[in-house]
This record gives sequence, C-alpha cells and structure tokens, in this order.
Amino acid sequence: MKQMLSGNEAIARGAYEAGVTVSTGYPGTPSTEIMESLLQFKEIAVEWCPNEKVALEVGSGASLAGARALVVMKHVGVNVAADPLLTLPYIGVKGGLVLVTADDPNMYSSQNEQDNRHYARFAKVPMLEPSDSQEAKDFVKIAFSLSERFDTLTMLRTTTRISHSESIVRPGRIQKASTASGPLKNPQKHVMVPVNARDRHRQVEKRMRRLAAFAESFPANRIEWNKKDRGIITSGTCYQYAKEIFTDASFLKLGMVYPLPVKMIEYFARQVKNIYVIEELDPFLEEQIRSLGIKVLGKSLLPVCGEYNPDIIAEGIKDDSRPKAKRKGKKASIPDRPPNLCPGCPHRGIFYSLNKLKVFVTGDIGCYTLAYMPPLHSLDTCVCMGAGIGQAHGVEQAIKGDALGKVAAVIGDSTFFHSGITGLLNSAYNRGISTVIILDNRFTAMTGGQDHPGTGITMRGEQSHAIDYFQFCHALGVRTVRKVDPYNLEEVFMTIKEEVNRPEVSVIISEAPCILNRREYTPFPFRYEIAAAACTGCRRCLKLGCPAIGWKEIRSRDEKKGKKLKAGVAEIDPLLCIGCSMCSQVCNEAAITASSGKR
Amino acid sequence: MIQQKRQHGKPSGENNTVTNVLFVGVGGQGTLVASKIMVEALLKAGFDVKKSEIHGMAQRGGSVISQVRFGPVVYSPLIRYGEGDIMVSFEQLEALRYLDYLHRDSLIFLNDQKILPPSVSMGIEVYPENIFTTLKSRFKNTFLIEGLQVAQNAGNARVLNIVLLGVLSRHLALDEKTWIETLREKLPPSLIDVNVRGFLLGREYEPAAVS
Repeated sequence: MKQMLSGNEAIARGAYEAGVTVSTGYPGTPSTEIMESLLQFKEIAVEWCPNEKVALEVGSGASLAGARALVVMKHVGVNVAADPLLTLPYIGVKGGLVLVTADDPNMYSSQNEQDNRHYARFAKVPMLEPSDSQEAKDFVKIAFSLSERFDTLTMLRTTTRISHSESIVRPGRIQKASTASGPLKNPQKHVMVPVNARDRHRQVEKRMRRLAAFAESFPANRIEWNKKDRGIITSGTCYQYAKEIFTDASFLKLGMVYPLPVKMIEYFARQVKNIYVIEELDPFLEEQIRSLGIKVLGKSLLPVCGEYNPDIIAEGIKDDSRPKAKRKGKKASIPDRPPNLCPGCPHRGIFYSLNKLKVFVTGDIGCYTLAYMPPLHSLDTCVCMGAGIGQAHGVEQAIKGDALGKVAAVIGDSTFFHSGITGLLNSAYNRGISTVIILDNRFTAMTGGQDHPGTGITMRGEQSHAIDYFQFCHALGVRTVRKVDPYNLEEVFMTIKEEVNRPEVSVIISEAPCILNRREYTPFPFRYEIAAAACTGCRRCLKLGCPAIGWKEIRSRDEKKGKKLKAGVAEIDPLLCIGCSMCSQVCNEAAITASSGKR
Repeated sequence: MIQQKRQHGKPSGENNTVTNVLFVGVGGQGTLVASKIMVEALLKAGFDVKKSEIHGMAQRGGSVISQVRFGPVVYSPLIRYGEGDIMVSFEQLEALRYLDYLHRDSLIFLNDQKILPPSVSMGIEVYPENIFTTLKSRFKNTFLIEGLQVAQNAGNARVLNIVLLGVLSRHLALDEKTWIETLREKLPPSLIDVNVRGFLLGREYEPAAVS
C-alpha cells in the first residue's frame, strides 16, 4: 500500500527492505528520525553511539562480520567520523555498509553549511543522492547492492529538504536479512599497515574506474529528452525544483553524484545548446563537468550559499517558462519568533550567573547555545561538539594567571560524551585551571530527547550502566567535582564563583532534567505571579530571558502623585510559567510569589 | 457564505493543476498534525501529494510553516511565491509573515488567535493591529475564524488544528467520508471523538460577516 513518508522514514524503510540488521548513529538534525524510525523494525539492532566515529566503526565491524549495516549522521557528524571513513574504503566490506549523511543547506539547525558530496570524492567512495522519498527508499537498497558488488562503503546523501519532506512511497520487496557468518581473517585486506595499504590504495583506484564505468549505465542516472535548446544537469531536490520551472527543457538527472558518468554527460552536452548545472551549495558537479572541457552555466547565475527553492532558480536562470511571481518589495516589520530556552529551562540559572560573573564562556552545541542571545548574553563561542573545553584551556594557556576567575567552558551531557572527554583529559593532564560546567539535563535535548551513556538506558529502552560523573572525572585527573541544583541561583552563583577562581581544573555538574524529559522531570508544584503593586519595574526578572515573563508598559504618568513613577511592570503568563521560581529568587521586592492556584 | 469559485483539487479541464496550501502558525498549535492528516486524506483520494516543513531548532513557540501541494503530478515540495492558493493561518501575525506566497485570489482562513512573540511581550516591538482588515483589503477572500471558540464547543481547545482543517475541507474536492476515515486512522483512539466533532463543527462553520 502506498504511504506518505518523509525522506528519513523512507530511508529507514529502505534499510529494512534491504535486510539491514545493524544500524548505528548519533542524533543530529536533519538525520535523527532515520534511526528513530528504524526502531519499529524489531529485527534490527539499533543503537545510539556516543559519537559518529564510534558509530561508523561499529558499522564497519558489523559489515566485516557479514551483516548489512546502516550508519546515520548529520553532515558535521561525518567530520567526526572522517578518520575511519577515509581508510574504510581500503579494507572494503563483507556485508553492505552504507553511510547516510544528512546535509543542512541554510543551516536550519547547524553551525555550518558544508557540502558533504566532497567526502565521496575525498574518501573515494560512490555516493547516491535521492530527490524524493521514493528514491530515498530505493536508493538505500541500491546502495547496499553497490556496496557489496564493488566491495566498498557507499554513501547516501540527503538534505534537510529531502529528509523532512513527505511524498508517496510504494513499499517494495523485503530482502531476507543476510545471516552474518562472522569475520574472516584477511590481514592483507583488513590490516592497514603501509605495506598492505599501498596495495589497497591501488585497488581503490581500480574500483573507482569500475564504478565510473558502471555509472554510465546506472539506471538512476538518466536523460529525459525534451526541447534541446536548454539542457539541465541536476540531482537531489534541485531536480524537483527545476522540473517545476523548466517544463520544456531536457534533463540529465543524476542519481549517483560520484563518480560521474562522463560519457553520458558528454553525450548530453553534444545534443543540447545551453547547459545549466543546478546544484545547491558548492559547484561540485559543475567543476568536474568543466574539467571535461564542457561549457556550462551554474554558480555564475546561482548562489553558493543557502538552500535553493524554485524561485531562486527561476530568478537566477532568467527566462522562466512561467510568468514571474511578483514579490512584494518592502515588508512591514513583523516581530520574529526566535528559538529561545523554554520557560523553566534548567540552563537558565547557570547562564544568568555566568552573565553576572562576567566570565568568558567557551560554549558548545546544544539548546544552551541560545544563551548567547540577550538578555542572558553569556556564551561566547560555539564551533563544534566538544570545542569549548579545549578553547577554555587555550585561553588560559595564552593569558596564564590572568585567566583565573575569568574563563569557563559549558557543555551538555550528551555533548560531553560525544567529544568533551578528551578535552577535559587534556586540561587535567596539562595542568590547566579551567572550570568545565556539564549541563546535565538527562538526555540529548536539542534533537528531541535521545538517551546516552549518562542516562544508562539504551535506544531500545533497556536498562544499562549509567556513568558516574564523579568517578569518571576523578579518573581523568580532576580533583574537584561538584554538583549544583541549577534552580538554586544562590548556590549556582557561589559555586561557579569559587570554581572559576580555583587554580586547577574543576568540574561543576548542573543536574536537573530538561522540562521536556517525561521520564525524569517532576512538575513544579506552583506557578508564580507578580503583584503589580509591589513590582517597581526594575526589570531584573526580565534579565532571565524567560518567555513566560513579559513587560507591561504603564502609559498614564499622572497617577499617584508623589510616588516614584514607573515605566511599567513585569507580568507572568500563567499558561507559560512552569513554576521554576528563578524569577522570584532574583526579585528584590518580593513581588513574585507562588500563586495560590495549583498547576 | 464563502464564495466558492472552484473546489480546489477538482479536475476541471486544466489537467496538471496543482493546488498549493500553506499551514502557518506557532509551534505547539498543531499545525503539523493538521497538514499530516490532510496529506493522508489526499493520498487516500488518489492525488499525488508532497508536503514540506522544517523541524529542528524551531522549538516550542517558533514560527511554523507547512506546505502541501497536490494534483495529478507534483514535482517541487515547495510552493513558489505568488502561487499559494490557500493559507490556513493558526495565528494572526503568522499570516503576515508568509504573504509572499499568496496571489490576489488566494483564500485565507485566519484564526483569530494572537500569540505574542517574545519581543512584543518584552515591550521592544509592537504586535501589528487590524491584521484581518489589512489582509482583507489585499486578499478579498480572507475569512476570520473563531477557531478556539469552535474547538471549545467541540469539547477541547486543543482540537483547534482539526477545526481549522474542517473549515478548509469545504474548499477541497474530497468527500466527508474520506476525511473522517483518515482522522479515525491517524489519531490515537482516545482523541478520535472530540477531533471528529471539531472537524465537523469546522466544516459547518460560517465565518461571521466582519466588515
């Protein structure tokens, strides 16, 4: 029966149909739902790994043992997995091994806009790119057969638009899962010491030539003839946009974006008058096609930055076959709705105190990155997972004793396991003085609440071992490890103040479940309210940046003569307040009190 | 009574007519569930359908847009500027944010709810006034819907999304049976009755004659 599936759900379905028995990954938008959707298939061993490098290594082991393995991550996750990725093609596979990279043009939820098609060329592996959910499912199956046929890891690239759009999918035949017979000894092929690797590199080059020859007759690379004055070479979601706009053009639609079908491209180029390459992000196809001596238009007309849509393409490549949509030029100012820390978010207390202490905060990736914005304004860097801890140590190495009391690193619980551990080990080993604050909200909040080694529960919900932060940090060489309740602002302030002034590495664990953590979060007993008469309009509570606290201007200035006039009062939205009490702790006038009405 | 020029999606001679529908609102209002129900009903009715939305950093309280396109054959999951046929706006301000997608004859269903963005509640920016009148002056087929009120009449304010889907359903060439079946299949059993009630109240809803 036909189904509406998102690209991510379709990829999971494709893995199931391909007989995958092992799947690994680390959560990251826009890839997360692939793994979550795989949970419905009980026969697949699915697991969240601490990071993408581990995920790929587990996948490789499963493949060597003969299982088909799917490894899933977002684009920047591939950077973390790049070390095994660049050598795995040398050793090849036994069961099929497919790596899904979910790229994020426009950075809806990412720190950069890298184009992971480069990884296919860099690692010398084939890469498929689907243009809708049906192809997403089908291409996963094809990727597995290519992987086994050519003895290589194979990549499948999606983008946010493919991953998060839904279209119709016809389910296919379910291939019987391969029975993994276990690994075979083959040191010349599997042990990459120089003498073996030199030979394997030659094999990789041979394989790429065979793959390039295969690409010429690969059915997912296809020409759709139409009028020949305009020929379009494209792939992925751009194919759909271009089909929408250029209804009478001829198309060369690439299902495999690396290696390219050179002869097919040359043949297409000879038939059509003007060739346009339509691809999001880098001129990956364009540069390779130009190197064949073919004249094409691409990035001279279309942007490198950002996500495409049909209008961007139509505007770039002028003569649109449809009348041009009029865009209303100037927009009335429409207030934004930026993402914000939720009302009652436990991170808020930490960042409120960091702001008051005026320390330089090297930050990381997670919901808490939002604390860089006013009014909390207390996160000073965000580069990649784990970066903050190393940066804090670097700052103190640069300014030595002057760093005392002035630098702290913050990192989430899941992020700490992902890539914070080695940074902390480095600071401890190299006699650093940083303070590292682990924001433990008891799951991977930003991506929707996935478990990790700190929760001690597996992806399938089985009880496992929960890491003990104290023992763990002590073992790394950190002598002082303290736990704070982030809702107790006095305790938070004093603890951070003491630790940033301690001339050795220390760790503060801020422990409180995310308010969206259904398993561990216990609702607060009361909401809070502001007595308008007692409120002096000092705006201190607004510095918490809580979405539940608003400002009500008082316009009439003639009331109550003799009293100091106030510009307005703060108000709490009873529907948004969850009763964390932080605002009542910062109010000097005792104007904010627990409301009599229970939640 | 809403003037019905044509029922969207009805094959009317123009063979490859794709209908473009936008659901816009604020995270938490149920926008994505409404568009999900709609595409499932369209699939059941035999259309080619695509739906696109972005989730991730848009946490609770962020602006949400879900685009649905259906017809005999649909390529792009994204609607072009000026080609949106129908907009269902769950929140007043959000309708203004996405006007570039509309054309003069677009149908707009404007839920009368207002949800203040942080900058407005902090007193930094101002919530625009008279949004309905502004819209009506540019798009004659704009209708104000007292969605929350209808949802409460159905028994639960949280079925607002399905009420608005009911309002929309009158303008799509799908029969009532398909809609109700889809609701029954896609919603958790305990929520079916109240949602079906909300859907039908929405489907029968007559927008007040506001000048």
